[in-house]
Amino acid sequence: MITFDDVVKVYPGGGTAVDHVSLELATGKTTVFVGPSGCGKTTSLRMINRMISPTSGRVLIDGKDVAGQDEALLRRGIGYVIQHAGLFPHRTVLDNVATVPVLLGKTRREAREAAMKLLERVGLAAEFAQRYPAQLSGGQQQRVGVARALAADPPIMLMDEPFSAVDPVVREGLHREFLRLQQELGKTIVMVTHDIDEAIKLGDEVVIFRQGGVVAQVGTPQELLADPADDFVAEFVGRDRGLRSLSFDTAAGLPVRPLPAELVVDDAGRPLGWKSADGVRPTGGTFTSADTLRLVADLAILSPVGIAVRVDADGVADGIAPHHDLADYLAARRS
Amino acid sequence: MNLSYLFDAAHWDFSTSGSIPQLLLSHIWYVFLALVIGTAIALPIGLYIGHTGRGSFIAINAGNAGRSLPTLGLLMLMVTLLGLGLLPVLIALTVLVIPPILTSAYAGLRSLDQRVVDAARGVGMRPWQVLTRVELPMALPVLMSGFRSAALQVVATATVAAAVGLGGLGRLLIDGLAVNDYSRVLAGAIVVAVLAVLLDLILALAQRWIISPGLRASR
Ligand SMILES: Nc1ncnc2c1ncn2[C@@H]1O[C@H](COP(=O)(O)OP(=O)(O)OP(=O)(O)O)[C@@H](O)[C@H]1O
Ligand SMILES: [Mg+2]
Repeated sequence: MITFDDVVKVYPGGGTAVDHVSLELATGKTTVFVGPSGCGKTTSLRMINRMISPTSGRVLIDGKDVAGQDEALLRRGIGYVIQHAGLFPHRTVLDNVATVPVLLGKTRREAREAAMKLLERVGLAAEFAQRYPAQLSGGQQQRVGVARALAADPPIMLMDEPFSAVDPVVREGLHREFLRLQQELGKTIVMVTHDIDEAIKLGDEVVIFRQGGVVAQVGTPQELLADPADDFVAEFVGRDRGLRSLSFDTAAGLPVRPLPAELVVDDAGRPLGWKSADGVRPTGGTFTSADTLRLVADLAILSPVGIAVRVDADGVADGIAPHHDLADYLAARRS
Repeated sequence: MNLSYLFDAAHWDFSTSGSIPQLLLSHIWYVFLALVIGTAIALPIGLYIGHTGRGSFIAINAGNAGRSLPTLGLLMLMVTLLGLGLLPVLIALTVLVIPPILTSAYAGLRSLDQRVVDAARGVGMRPWQVLTRVELPMALPVLMSGFRSAALQVVATATVAAAVGLGGLGRLLIDGLAVNDYSRVLAGAIVVAVLAVLLDLILALAQRWIISPGLRASR
């Protein structure tokens, strides 16, 4: 567990960057620091590995104050993905990834072998190993940055806007890989982002900062969407938070109605579409009980008849959910 | 142009004292000593100033002061103080070598992408490791250009050794002038020029060898 105990950071000549922050970041979970530019996210993150020292207050890892620890050893034990990757331009991709294990006393050979496996793990082919950072795209550089931070298998990872330098499609892919990796590795991750959607998607817990380095709210993504503490948070998490909050619940509890005669199915019972005057109109997609309520809402809106069709694992239609049923279900759930 | 001195085989006989190969060898020796001693002094100071950012006024002023010091005048002063010998020559040449190396070491480190230096600290390198594993290799292109200009200057200027009775290719110039043998003067000038070009070529090759291709790829 990482603890911020009444931490303040005042830069000489600057204002207060972090203002009396107290937090507990759970082991094995992803905590995301999010907020507008200049609100102290990077400063807070860098106080964990002593790249910055607090003006007052303490930062503790598993109860031990980081201030008393050897800087270099502390940092080698904490993976750090730097804003804009920060790769060493004079070293090959492979040697960049091998950096920390070599610092920790592994032979260059051992470290390179392990680095090779890691590159694969973050989705970079072996052909990239001997390239230099300048010969990679922004997205590839960020993957190398993540691999470098993972190389010594540290229990804690600090990631400062690790996915910022890439286009939305590549980012989407990196997000998927991040979630897959985190499922496998179960690290304690602290991530910084500007992007509330990214925070909601990747965070187990989200810390929203406001200008002046004050924590506005801490909570799970669901809590922030459902119950913003004030106008700032409500504004920050965005207008469509109602719709987005549906992403956190599955359709398992949603009641469905029996199949009506208007739904056309094939011999196996798989839905083909809706009967209408000019033939069969496609359903626009189906959901299973494992899908999110957001998908159900989306389908009901897209459907030509305002009805989402549920299927079982074999794709056989087993019920329908009209949009007013969904609305009733959501209303009942709220009260 | 009279090239008779240069192409006279008798002047290329190594065993004759004062022959071109002998003078060339002593010239290279002075250049080598001045570069080694100058680098040993200037590089650590330049790196220290560049790494810590402390005392940068020294780096800047050393560059300017060094460039404006007349080497011959300094040499004469040293001879008056220390008497004849290799030492005053070496001091004068070393003083010539220090400014370009010190300034380029300083400028090389200052011009680095500070985010990369920050990353080096962030992954847990100690200050010494940051310097030797990240800052120095990244600053090599700038450093090498400073070293090359120092080397060229000292090759040309080492001819002053002859003015205080030592060897080196300056002998051809001074002795030639003394007896109005312009063919000898020309031979000296040509050999110095060829030496300078060859040395620069060797350093250019060395540079390709020691500078990471990753730094070239980004330019
Ligand atoms: N070295 C410094 N000296 C003085 N002020 C600083 C320094 N570093 C940061 N600040 C100030 O502290 C505040 C917080 O900076 P910080 O880098 O933590 O913001 P951030 O939330 O990470 O912003 P961004 O999203 O733009 O990266 C800013 O107002 C910034 O101007
Ligand atoms: Mg930041």
